[in-house]
Amino acid sequence: MIYEGKQKIWSDYQKEIPDDHYYYVRSCIRQTFFPASEAALLNITRNILGRDVFENEHHTTCGGIAYHSDTIPQETIMTIVARQFALMKKHGYENYVCSCITSFGIYIEILETWRNFPELEAKIADNLKKTCNLEFAKPKFVVHTSDLIYKLREEIAAKAKYKLVNVKTGQPLRVVEHIGCHYAKMFPSKGVGGAEYPYVLAGMIESWGGEIVDYPERRHCCGFGFRQYFIKANRGYSLSNTHKKFESMEPYEPDFIITNCPGCAYFMDRWQYVIAESQGKTYGENGHGIPVLTYEEVAGLVLGFNPWDLGLQTHQVYVEPLLDKLGIPYEPAKKFLGAKGQDIGCPALPSCLKV
Amino acid sequence: MAKNIIVIGGGPAGLEASARLDALGYNVFLVEKETRLGGHLARWDRLFPEGVPAAPVLEKLVSGTGNTKVMLESEVLSLSRLGKSFRISLTSGVSVIADAVLMTTGFDLFDASKKEEYGYGIYDHVVTNADIEGYFRTGKDPRIGSPERIGLVHCVGSRDEKAGCRNCSKVCCATAVKQACELKAKFPSATVYCFYMDLRMFGRGYEDLYLKAQKEYGIRFIRGRVSEVSEKIDKTLQVKAEDTLSSTPLKVSLDLLVLMAGMRPSEAGAKVGKMIRLGTGDDGYFNTSDGFTGMQATSVPGLFVAGASTGPKTLPDTLSEARAASALIHEYLRES
Amino acid sequence: MMDFGFYLTPSSTIELDKVDRKAVDDLARADSGFRTCIACGSCTASCTAGVFAETSVRRAILSVLNGRDEKAMDLLSSCMLCGKCMMVCPRGINTRHLILSLQKYYNGK
Repeated sequence: MIYEGKQKIWSDYQKEIPDDHYYYVRSCIRQTFFPASEAALLNITRNILGRDVFENEHHTTCGGIAYHSDTIPQETIMTIVARQFALMKKHGYENYVCSCITSFGIYIEILETWRNFPELEAKIADNLKKTCNLEFAKPKFVVHTSDLIYKLREEIAAKAKYKLVNVKTGQPLRVVEHIGCHYAKMFPSKGVGGAEYPYVLAGMIESWGGEIVDYPERRHCCGFGFRQYFIKANRGYSLSNTHKKFESMEPYEPDFIITNCPGCAYFMDRWQYVIAESQGKTYGENGHGIPVLTYEEVAGLVLGFNPWDLGLQTHQVYVEPLLDKLGIPYEPAKKFLGAKGQDIGCPALPSCLKV
Repeated sequence: MAKNIIVIGGGPAGLEASARLDALGYNVFLVEKETRLGGHLARWDRLFPEGVPAAPVLEKLVSGTGNTKVMLESEVLSLSRLGKSFRISLTSGVSVIADAVLMTTGFDLFDASKKEEYGYGIYDHVVTNADIEGYFRTGKDPRIGSPERIGLVHCVGSRDEKAGCRNCSKVCCATAVKQACELKAKFPSATVYCFYMDLRMFGRGYEDLYLKAQKEYGIRFIRGRVSEVSEKIDKTLQVKAEDTLSSTPLKVSLDLLVLMAGMRPSEAGAKVGKMIRLGTGDDGYFNTSDGFTGMQATSVPGLFVAGASTGPKTLPDTLSEARAASALIHEYLRES
Repeated sequence: MMDFGFYLTPSSTIELDKVDRKAVDDLARADSGFRTCIACGSCTASCTAGVFAETSVRRAILSVLNGRDEKAMDLLSSCMLCGKCMMVCPRGINTRHLILSLQKYYNGK
């Protein structure tokens, strides 16, 4: 692998990411899958790095799940999206940041569709006026929250309490980065580093002291796919995609996986359990799995957040071996205590996947 | 007094035209931006279809140029009309007034790193057709080693609108089949695959080359464009394509992947063309006055074209055009 | 092992790494048609059996090259050796010899 060759491609795909003043919209599923990630994002950007990231309670889903499952027509999702943009304008913002990769793809795709079909844009503006009495507006910049963390990665590194280095060996941790398909595959110029060799997560890992692992099935989909996992009969396809990726990354012995997509983080974590319990195969060290983290969780660890405040207890693959490598202290007894200190209960333990 | 003719581009077309025009008694000035003559031919080891060595062909072309004034490391600063004549000034400081100008600016090889999914310049064992010729000429290329599994990818930067090039580059099919045989001869135990979309073996002896590649060299031809390439932990390559003949995705591990970089209009040539308002088609190649009977003439009187500056050509095509252009220039100057 | 009610899906991908190269070389030595076929489809189009049962010399050759010898044998199981394909092959492949060579090779194993 010739690093300079990748650097050349990365320099070809540099998108503009505003430094401050964002209207922020959440992901539908992330708050249940990895509940503290979005809280960590707001805490890091607002309180630690002093940025203006505004959120208000009136924003909704982007409609992506329904759209990709073929249950709502395109005009409906466009009107939902137009409403989100209108709320941004109403609150005096022109930079739009979303926490979900599916949503990011939806926003970029819709803006591109409006650019190509102005008559459709006019119709949606009319729909918006009739249904919500809101003024149609388009953002100046649409970025994903991983773009924002990428933009702020050096500021995070400057405040870091921990580096992505194995404290026992002094070697950089080996990290697999997984990019959600809808981040840059549809519109490569909208992603940091493009679609073939994305740099958005690789840049964070490099800045925070880790080493990126490039394995053959790096580009492959995690297997999430709404139509695949919704229906049990199709779930084997979802599982098979994840399996293909893990088989391909196995020889590299990665320390953890970082991803920027809600679905990828969830399925790469949970399917390791299903593969272990149904096939008897595990991919981490000594029968463990490979921890899968969101970029906010990684940023939070680097900044010295308490792992249980970051919600790492909600991961299927136990993160304790990774915390040990990083030299991050944690209290096992407090792992399953809620925000008010109450016992939230330890989930049933898998039989094959080691915890 | 003998008339002056400027030939811009010292590749095969420029060399052959200079030789013919010199023999007709004109003062020929051959302008070349590089430090040596020969263009792409100087980088090539052997020529399809029979695998004739390139060096003696080039030598013959250069030695034929006679009294031609060769100006190396010279780029055109300005080129303009001056009445019926042309005034040209070069980066070397030389200025010439000429009665006719011949554009033999040729082509650029497609920059294979633009096909990001193939990883040229990123993966350790991905090379181009030009690299293979360099390897056979010098015997050195650390990327090549002793491959047991070799793949050749046709149409890299050709017939690919995403790569900005719709047209076929004409020479890559025959080059790929030639190089496949050469690599098999060099590494006899290797398995060699050619990934093609169509095999365009149109010239005399080309189909024989194809049959020989199949029968004698056992080259496996796979009809499908390579979709993506990855590097494995042992630095070998994982290559994916569809075997379109069986409508099935296909995967193979390779030790060496050779990309058949196609032809693009010469950037340096386009710059000169703009100076004299020589039009181009959507494909970027220079327009000729017509596509059948006026292939060497342009819309500018006294300005002529030959070779790959008007579209992808084989070496014999290019040399024929150079001779045709010389005859046309001769007629033009005799009449004027 | 736990049964979740859904399973890993087998991949249909042709994996050339797993092709028995010796078998391909042996067969090509027995009949060069395994290498010289250009997949024009004349054989399949002229096949008497092919309109009733899946029969194709072209696809059988391809199946051999892709390491799917059972498929190759299947594709020729309805062949009556009538010789029509031999008459139309532009590469002059002796399809009768090729088919018999294939059957001898795999039936002999």
